[in-house]
Amino acid sequence: MTFMKTCLGAMAALAMGAVGAVAEPALIFDLGGKFDKSFNEAAFNGAKRWGDETGESYREIELQSEAQREQALRRFADGGSNPIVMTGFAFASAVENVAPDFPDTKFVIIDMVVDQPNVRSVVFAEHQGSYLVGKMAAMASESGTVGFIGGMDIPLIRKFACGFVQGVKSVTPDATVIQNMTGTTPAAWNDPVKGAELTRAQVSQGADVVYHAAGGTGVGVLQAAADEGILGIGVDSNQNYLHPGSVLTSMLKRVDVAVYNAFAAGPDVETGIHVLDLSNDGVGVAVDEHNQALVSDEMMAAVEDAKAKIISGDVAVHDYMSNNECPVK
Amino acid sequence: MDFATILQILDSTLRLAAPLLLACLAGLFSERSGIFDIGLEGKMLASAFFSAAVAAVTGSVWLGLLAGTAASLVLALIHGLASITFRGNQLISGVAINFLASGLTAFIGQSWFGLGGQTPALSGDGRFARLELPFAETLSGVPVIGPVYAELISGHTLLVYIAVLAVPATWWVLFRTRFGLRLRAVGENPAAVDTAGVSVTGQRYWAVMICGLLCGLAGAYLATGMAAGFVRDMTAGKGYIALAALIFSKWRPWYALWACLLFGLLEAIGIRYQNIDVAGIGTIPVQFMQALPYILTVVILAGFVGRAIPPRAGGQPYVKER
Repeated sequence: MTFMKTCLGAMAALAMGAVGAVAEPALIFDLGGKFDKSFNEAAFNGAKRWGDETGESYREIELQSEAQREQALRRFADGGSNPIVMTGFAFASAVENVAPDFPDTKFVIIDMVVDQPNVRSVVFAEHQGSYLVGKMAAMASESGTVGFIGGMDIPLIRKFACGFVQGVKSVTPDATVIQNMTGTTPAAWNDPVKGAELTRAQVSQGADVVYHAAGGTGVGVLQAAADEGILGIGVDSNQNYLHPGSVLTSMLKRVDVAVYNAFAAGPDVETGIHVLDLSNDGVGVAVDEHNQALVSDEMMAAVEDAKAKIISGDVAVHDYMSNNECPVK
Repeated sequence: MDFATILQILDSTLRLAAPLLLACLAGLFSERSGIFDIGLEGKMLASAFFSAAVAAVTGSVWLGLLAGTAASLVLALIHGLASITFRGNQLISGVAINFLASGLTAFIGQSWFGLGGQTPALSGDGRFARLELPFAETLSGVPVIGPVYAELISGHTLLVYIAVLAVPATWWVLFRTRFGLRLRAVGENPAAVDTAGVSVTGQRYWAVMICGLLCGLAGAYLATGMAAGFVRDMTAGKGYIALAALIFSKWRPWYALWACLLFGLLEAIGIRYQNIDVAGIGTIPVQFMQALPYILTVVILAGFVGRAIPPRAGGQPYVKER
């Protein structure tokens, strides 16, 4: 009976949605899942904030497989959703195909540049944020060895790694940075067991601070870091609360701001490339009650100094994606 | 590569091989009795979910282990019903169980915890702690033996030791007891067993339930021993690698141990060294290491290195009279 009710309710909601489709915004989560405590969850938080503030509803879907990308886009576009926000570089080819068919619908893609008149491409300066946490990692490390664990091996994740290494080397030029990627398929975003095992391997090689950019896999990284008594560094969302006292900081990538802004602008969202970096607080480091004890004043001063210099242009952090090469290893 | 590094890699090997070994022995019991089991993956996944979910709610890893094993046993029973009682196709039943487990765990997880199919992170008594074996501290000063004992043998969770001990236990049950003889006979020539007045159906159900029990342990180890909680599809193909190990070991318990350790070692090396430089050959990419278990299994199946002969009555439902 309750199932029947749910079905009827869902149908009614769908029917109403079809009638009253006055540009309801939509959000599509990537394969990591809405609650990955990281990238997608940040997007969800942005959407939720918008929903709570305006009291309006939005549509969302969590993808289960690669094949659903284009389907989901078309379904939402057909249903009159506007704008449609998608989280993740992997949507690039799908939106490339779909956008021209719906010229009146605005699409917002995060983490990728798509050159279409009705697409807003939001990109982040992850290398700058990673540079800052790299500085902190190097100052917190006693062994002179720190680690990086990426999710899927793609240029975007290399960008995180490259910024991180530059930050570490700016403090300790002869530091060792151990770099690992979890895999080469999207499953690499969701494999905490392997994340934990990679972390243990890095710890046994001497790493005492490990930074992850691996979505759901990172849950295992931070868990293993806490188990082994070393420091982890979170990414995308503020992950300091996951293991208070064992997470040095989190590299914030304000995906929530990107989603919120897009939703708030509604169908009039400005298209083109939109860069969120240190100067507009699109990236940054998280300090709260969970990691205060770990972050020294000296560290904070160094971070603030570096931040000011990057914004003013005195320090240039190399962007891996500009030429697919990293000057430091 | 120094001694400490080798020890760390072997340590990691043991951790990674344990779930494979449990699942592989599970498959061994089932297939030796003539019931093919593709559903190892699904049973592990169900157990991983229920052990993590119950451990998260009650805070006790033991209740979690119980719940996980029970879930795995239920799926094993379904497989038994479909393939023994109703004489269905064993492969199809196994595939169905994999799909069922993959969908159900995510669905139930979402409705219970609302975390997108994950369970809350486990801590404290909700996880299996690492056991420090006696004298690990005192012996660690002794050269060679000390570090091997302290690093490699001591410091694993209980289920790792159970997995290793399950190998001699399996060997003893299968090759030294009446029960084992009958179980193997049912997989080779069920008609002969039936003529002797032993229930083929009963034997096969026993085997399938033992399979469920071992898969339950494997799944619980993944969620409450290795990781700290359940994540959607967290078995990540381990059930299939266990099947490959089963074929690789030619359905024998001791060979199964070596096969699983080998596959675990390959994974551990792949994790430790992402790209391996071999003099004269060039760089071996990590993907090759990941694919190696499957490649080795195909080589074995093709008959290049000895022949792998499955139990003769495997895959066929037993029909008493026509």
